Amino acid sequence: MTPASHEITPRPFFEQRRLLLSALALPAAWATAPAQGKGAPLAATRSALPGALTLDKPTAYSDATSYNNFYEFGTDKSDPAERAHTLRTRPWTVMVDGECLKPRRFDLEELLKLAPMEERIYRLRCVEGWSMVIPWIGYSLSALLKQVEPTGKAKFVEFTTLADKAQMPGLRSGVLDWPYTEGLRLDEALHPLTLLSFGMYGEVLPKQNGAPLRLVVPWKYGFKSAKSLVRIRLTEKAPATSWNLSAPQEYGFFSNVNPQVDHPRWSQATERRIGEDGLFARRRPTLLFNGYADQVGQLYSGMDLKKWF
Amino acid sequence: MVLSALTHRAAKPIAHLLCALPLAWLIGAAATQGLGANPAEALIRSLGDWALRGLLLTLAITPLRVQFHQPALLRFRRLLGVWTFAYASLHLLAYAWLDMGLGFSDIARDIAKRPFILVGMLSFALLLPLAATSFNRAVRWLGGKRWQALHRLIYLIPFSVCLHFWWMRAGKNNFSDPFFYSALFALALGWRLWRRWQRQAA
Repeated sequence: MTPASHEITPRPFFEQRRLLLSALALPAAWATAPAQGKGAPLAATRSALPGALTLDKPTAYSDATSYNNFYEFGTDKSDPAERAHTLRTRPWTVMVDGECLKPRRFDLEELLKLAPMEERIYRLRCVEGWSMVIPWIGYSLSALLKQVEPTGKAKFVEFTTLADKAQMPGLRSGVLDWPYTEGLRLDEALHPLTLLSFGMYGEVLPKQNGAPLRLVVPWKYGFKSAKSLVRIRLTEKAPATSWNLSAPQEYGFFSNVNPQVDHPRWSQATERRIGEDGLFARRRPTLLFNGYADQVGQLYSGMDLKKWF
Repeated sequence: MVLSALTHRAAKPIAHLLCALPLAWLIGAAATQGLGANPAEALIRSLGDWALRGLLLTLAITPLRVQFHQPALLRFRRLLGVWTFAYASLHLLAYAWLDMGLGFSDIARDIAKRPFILVGMLSFALLLPLAATSFNRAVRWLGGKRWQALHRLIYLIPFSVCLHFWWMRAGKNNFSDPFFYSALFALALGWRLWRRWQRQAA
């Protein structure tokens, strides 16, 4: 099959990407680069996982930290950056329980040392039709799940975000039922690309991006990647998820990025890459599974993705 | 004192300048990367917001004029209406260009897919004949009575505009802004019904 003209990368971009890649080859390149924000540095090595280092140009740090959906702090994209300073990220614990042999509460310090920190550059596609490219730091969620030894009954994983009115002004609005919950099938949660993230751009996570730890599931719409996690529960049945409860006809359980399955009220065929080429940049075509089809496609073989959207 | 300010020679040019301010600010912000991470979205939404505010102000002229005994306010009604149309046109242009890349088949598909876009287009279609007959000569061509009858279309537009805004936020359950504007429109239109009822009772 001949690639469409828009799929051919022009040489200058290609060479630029090579430069970028060689920069990343330096140990903890982001951490030694000039400071991005004011966060504490978080050392990491480049991930060796297939698909974990997209060649796309990373989104500017200022864009990735000023344009966020984090409804616990308000519904405007600028609200999280303006209001999330009230979030206290220490001390912090995460309860990991449910269908497992060794349920227990993990302290954040313990989680930070649980597995080697990797840097992974993932595309992030929001269900609203915009996308970013973010260098995350963390390790595969499977490393944590293995600690609690899931039983044979465990089929799903439920993720719960902090819901504290004293720290999160957005909870006063009835936009969603709090706390925010999300879910994955166990095989999705155990997929090596599913990242438990503690940092980005060489630093610990900014509060508006889900500090101190969040999920990143790069082949699903952004809302599947719950922020500021306080509980991870292994379940036998599919957990209820916040957006699915709020509008079941618009947000399904799987929410895999799929240009062929439109949102009921808009097309998902294209996306606007944040920070790309200014105001008049054309929207770019959205990729099946956000471009991670080679890595995760087999998880959904035989499934009708229109039905299981 | 208010009366003299409203009838002053400079009042209309100043009103035009005030109406142009949001646009000037948006152009300035767009040129200096001041529109945030998603400038296209910010531009489309801000232009829509200002069209909405313009429509609300246009509809507020009569209640304010009568309640506060400021007949001179009438001079600004058509001016505000024309600026409302200008912001609505720019809102539509920004959507068609920045979101749809001026692709007419893409726009047609989007209208079919998104009822709120259809209702937005309908609002614009309702504004068109009003803007097209906003010149003094048009009043003479049509005759005062017919011109006035045509311009009663303005009372339909708040409904389609509020539905457009409401529907856009549906699914995200974020209705505080549409509710706020709908309440103000209800006030502006409700005042007219109330007055009509009072006059009939009298």
